[in-house]
Amino acid sequence: MAKTLYDKLWESHVVRTEPDGTALLYIDRHLVHEVTSPQAFEGLKLAGRKPWRIGSIVATADHNTPTRDWEKGIEDPVSRQQVETLDANIREVGALAYFPFRDARQGIVHVIGPENGATLPGMTVVCGDSHTSTHGAFACLAHGIGTSEVEHVLATQCLLQKKSRTMLIRVEGALGRGVSAKDVALAVIGRIGTAGGTGFAIEFAGSAIRGLSMEGRMTLCNMAIEAGARAGLVAVDETTIQYLKGRPFSPSGETWDRAADHWRTLVSDPDAVFDAVIDIEAAKIEPQVTWGTSPEMVVPVGAAVPAPEDFEDPVKREGVARALQYMGLEPRTPIRAIPVDKVFIGSCTNSRIEDLRVAAAVARGRRKADNVKQVLVVPGSGLVKRQAESEGLDRIFQAAGFEWREPGCSMCLAMNADRLEPGERCASTSNRNFEGRQGAGGRTHLVSPAMAAAAAIAGHFADVRDLK
Amino acid sequence: MRAFTVHEGLVAPMDRANVDTDAIIPKQFLKSIKRSGFGPNLFDEWRYLDHGEPGMDNGRRPANPDFVLNQPRYRGASILLTRDNFGCGSSREHAPWALEDYGFRALIGTSFADIFFNNCFKNGLLPIRLPAAEVQDLFDQTAATPGYRLKVDLEARVVVRPDGRALAFEVDPFRRECLLNGWDDIGLTLRHADQIRDFEARRRIEQPWLFA
Repeated sequence: MAKTLYDKLWESHVVRTEPDGTALLYIDRHLVHEVTSPQAFEGLKLAGRKPWRIGSIVATADHNTPTRDWEKGIEDPVSRQQVETLDANIREVGALAYFPFRDARQGIVHVIGPENGATLPGMTVVCGDSHTSTHGAFACLAHGIGTSEVEHVLATQCLLQKKSRTMLIRVEGALGRGVSAKDVALAVIGRIGTAGGTGFAIEFAGSAIRGLSMEGRMTLCNMAIEAGARAGLVAVDETTIQYLKGRPFSPSGETWDRAADHWRTLVSDPDAVFDAVIDIEAAKIEPQVTWGTSPEMVVPVGAAVPAPEDFEDPVKREGVARALQYMGLEPRTPIRAIPVDKVFIGSCTNSRIEDLRVAAAVARGRRKADNVKQVLVVPGSGLVKRQAESEGLDRIFQAAGFEWREPGCSMCLAMNADRLEPGERCASTSNRNFEGRQGAGGRTHLVSPAMAAAAAIAGHFADVRDLK
Repeated sequence: MRAFTVHEGLVAPMDRANVDTDAIIPKQFLKSIKRSGFGPNLFDEWRYLDHGEPGMDNGRRPANPDFVLNQPRYRGASILLTRDNFGCGSSREHAPWALEDYGFRALIGTSFADIFFNNCFKNGLLPIRLPAAEVQDLFDQTAATPGYRLKVDLEARVVVRPDGRALAFEVDPFRRECLLNGWDDIGLTLRHADQIRDFEARRRIEQPWLFA
């Protein structure tokens, strides 16, 4: 019988199945960070258990780490304690790789896995972080788990799971100029809603997806969770294989050939049946900007903010009214008339080298608008930072009045000192525009890196396609 | 884990869709390395008029009188009524920890986000999905009836209203069994350690690059 990619990944990891279909899935890669692991390590210790396979663990500190003045260490004592707890736990139990605070390869967990070749096709990848869906770009079954499950994986190398339904999102055609993977992700969420993918694993396919680089595919799979799907997937092709060649934890020599042959089988069979199929025309996707407090509250840059009365469902109508009030927006305001106070370029969604190149191309030879108080550029990892500096991107950003920072999660969720003040409005390349996400009372608009840079230059949202 | 069999308690309504885990427990409280003590900061940004940070004496902070859980009639609620997509966003288990620590034992709504839904079961907190019309009725009855209580019976898989009407719900048999008995997942899984070892040994031969 024809199988979907998800079926293949699922079946190849089932250790045993309960009568109701609950399966014990074997986990190949366990990514660990400081926020969701301390209670798991503590639980393990209290129960007198040992980690099952240390070689599956790749760890880093990213959520709490500051993005400047690294020589001062972590000033917030509560953040520091969490990072030191990770240090102590990994020192005690071990790991395949640990990139601690200030290490040259430290960075956002979803950036460092792939760039080190620690994320390989056909793996199951878990992490106590919902954006683990990112790794699905490599045809991995990858999703976020809670801390109890982190402990379960540490202790047993397995996870108890029910099989998801499958959704195929097919994007055919060529993306327009100035339109990126981030815009595809936001357009998909605008179409199916933030609960549209609940209970599904989404496979992204079609010529527009095949045309994306691995970094673009990561951006897209990263946002699958914002559509409600725990896992996003893209089939293996030569782009995948080329990306992995020569990375530190990628196989080499004869093993490489064997691995690559196997990886090429990680595609959905041509006549595989999905539980749901969505077709999207690439050429119709425009640069997107969110206006509300849920990623589904999104419109093309040329549109205007909607009004509550546009929605029939009373719960939705009230949600829109509440979002507009929180965001300080009047109905029917054109997106391009909305001024921004801050700009954030970074996060596990958009902090890789290609994201920074695109933002730098917009910033080159320009300056941020006077009304924009701060533009933060936060690379996803130490390696991304070094690469960007070797290309001179840091100098382009600084000449434009942008701040060039050290790597980390930073203002995506504002667990460190980078945050919005109450009422401040931000054009952000991150993934969530929830109330208070970037700081209590802060107002987040999600956009692509090019659109974020364009907003920084214009002082308000602008269509990057209009820039000469 | 605390077992869940039958629970009868006061109902509070959370009448908004897409309540995300950042709203349930804001990020500044995620810096804790403990599993307990999150209850006083559940829904922190909605619940208090000032900005909350770890280490504050929450009893002295100004409560937002408009926030539903601060209304005297809902004090002591242990069942939360919710709308679509409750618990969306991050995988932080601090969200169910905060709900449980506050005193909630069951959540009743139309839909829950996947990871959050899963996390609830690991903490003796039962999320129940009911059809939209039944959830709407429960919202209406809660609003109209001060002291409105429900009985949740996991063994029988029903929510029983004060008028005696029983609303049936579905739950995975395996999850139900674990929750009814308060079983520790890890202990259960480790009974199959030999099978895991066999699987791993095969995998190591077939795909050695995964074990580099």
